[in-house]
Amino acid sequence: MHPAPSVIFFTTFSGLGFGLLVWLGLGYPAVTGWTAFVFFAIAYAMAVGGLLASTFHLGRPERAIKAFTQWRSSWLSREAWCAVGALVIMGLYAAGLVFAGTRIAPLGILGAILSLATVFTTSMIYTQLKTIPRWNMSITPVKFLVLSLAGGALLSGQVQAALLLLVIAGVVQGLTWIMGDKALEASGTSLKTATGLGGAGSVRSFEPPHTGTNYLLREFVHDIGRKHSQKLRLISLVLMAGVPILLLILPFNHFFALLAVVSHVAGVLIARWLFFAEAEHVVGLYYGKR
Amino acid sequence: MTSLPTSTDRKLGLVIDLDTCVGCHACVISCKGWNTENYGAPLSDQNAYGADNSGTFLNRVHSYEVQPEEGAAQLIHFPKSCLHCEDAPCVTVCPTGASYKRVEDGIVLVNESDCIGCGLCAWACPYGARELDQAEGVMKKCTLCVDRIYNENLPEEDRQPACVRTCPSNARHFGDLSDPDSDVSKLVAARGGMDLMPEQGTRPVNKYLPPRPKDAMPEFDVLAPFLEPVAEEPKGFLGWLDKALEKI
Repeated sequence: MHPAPSVIFFTTFSGLGFGLLVWLGLGYPAVTGWTAFVFFAIAYAMAVGGLLASTFHLGRPERAIKAFTQWRSSWLSREAWCAVGALVIMGLYAAGLVFAGTRIAPLGILGAILSLATVFTTSMIYTQLKTIPRWNMSITPVKFLVLSLAGGALLSGQVQAALLLLVIAGVVQGLTWIMGDKALEASGTSLKTATGLGGAGSVRSFEPPHTGTNYLLREFVHDIGRKHSQKLRLISLVLMAGVPILLLILPFNHFFALLAVVSHVAGVLIARWLFFAEAEHVVGLYYGKR
Repeated sequence: MTSLPTSTDRKLGLVIDLDTCVGCHACVISCKGWNTENYGAPLSDQNAYGADNSGTFLNRVHSYEVQPEEGAAQLIHFPKSCLHCEDAPCVTVCPTGASYKRVEDGIVLVNESDCIGCGLCAWACPYGARELDQAEGVMKKCTLCVDRIYNENLPEEDRQPACVRTCPSNARHFGDLSDPDSDVSKLVAARGGMDLMPEQGTRPVNKYLPPRPKDAMPEFDVLAPFLEPVAEEPKGFLGWLDKALEKI
């Protein structure tokens, strides 16, 4: 899959933003007034910024409002509802904390649930695609949820929770790569099933349908950078989980906490780049590529 | 609505004969010609006369080499367009309801005025049947020439998809695949019509007829064995030359 920067930024930052909103909704840290304002401003900047970035890859962004209509069948539509619901509910909850200094707990809990649901629906947009076996695994939503909660814990300064969640996130991310490497083969889809010609002998793409490129190749076939994927995986894991864990174990210090957040975000961005760049869409098989 | 209908009254679709397709790409051209000036937005080209040209097509012809265990390799030309799947994954992922499958004939269409160009339907399609038009920003796909097949302004012989009408080798057939007595259904039954990527669970309506096995030419010349080359190893001057060249 083509690793479009807009989608990489969207999934990374909206995941972090909604993760932070989950913790704030549950009352961790218990902040009011200006401190609460700063926390919510950071969360909204990430969540809304991510959502805005996602509209950049639309062919017709002016009609985006229509995406609210098909929540019965479409995960993308459900994501739109959950995101708006979470932002509205958490906005009311934040107003209570910032301006009245009171925590309306039921509103916070509902907002936290909706924030988590937003991350889940985002992950299901990818997980539902049988055409991309590497994403079509039940561990994909687990990874998105754990990473979002871990990032949120890190941003909200929940050291104990962040330590535990970062370890889990690292393990889940590692497992995703191990399982993902076998996914295309396990799906049973190959050039033989794609063409139905497997019974007659070995099949090879002899000539593509066009001499230039096209939308399908630009969008679905991306093999640049895969040769460094093992190194990038290691770098991503170290930045995402290793460095932040070390910094959190050390005696608490605001500079270390900031460093841990920056390192985590960089690690997640690399992992998200790999998530797209390494994903093999079965349509590539028709072109003799993967 | 982007929920799929539980059943459709008819299943209009194509049957493509991989045995007779000669790979001339006439179906590609006639498809583009008809569909760029009829249903929906035109099929745009980008940089059509430049070095890195590309464009939107609803039908493309791949070519594959099949090497059997024994005998000569075979070249198979492979036209590919929307298969109008019964369980179309492109329809259910659509967030706006722009993609839909018609109850009356099973054709999968895009309502372009509702399409936001998110591309998710193309992600969900295993066959590469959908292409996002770069000029219009909306998703384009085969309509089964819905504006020809019911068009009473056209002579009756033209009321079939442009690709079928133009195919010079009769490799493309159009009809109702839900009717077991239709010509296309009989063809599928007689020739062992197959689904592409059946493991994806899309239940395509379009079927492909596999290439027939090639004839093997039996050895019938009684004198042929006597015409086998007698000397396998070169001798004399050629033998010396062969050895001398080996040593260099």
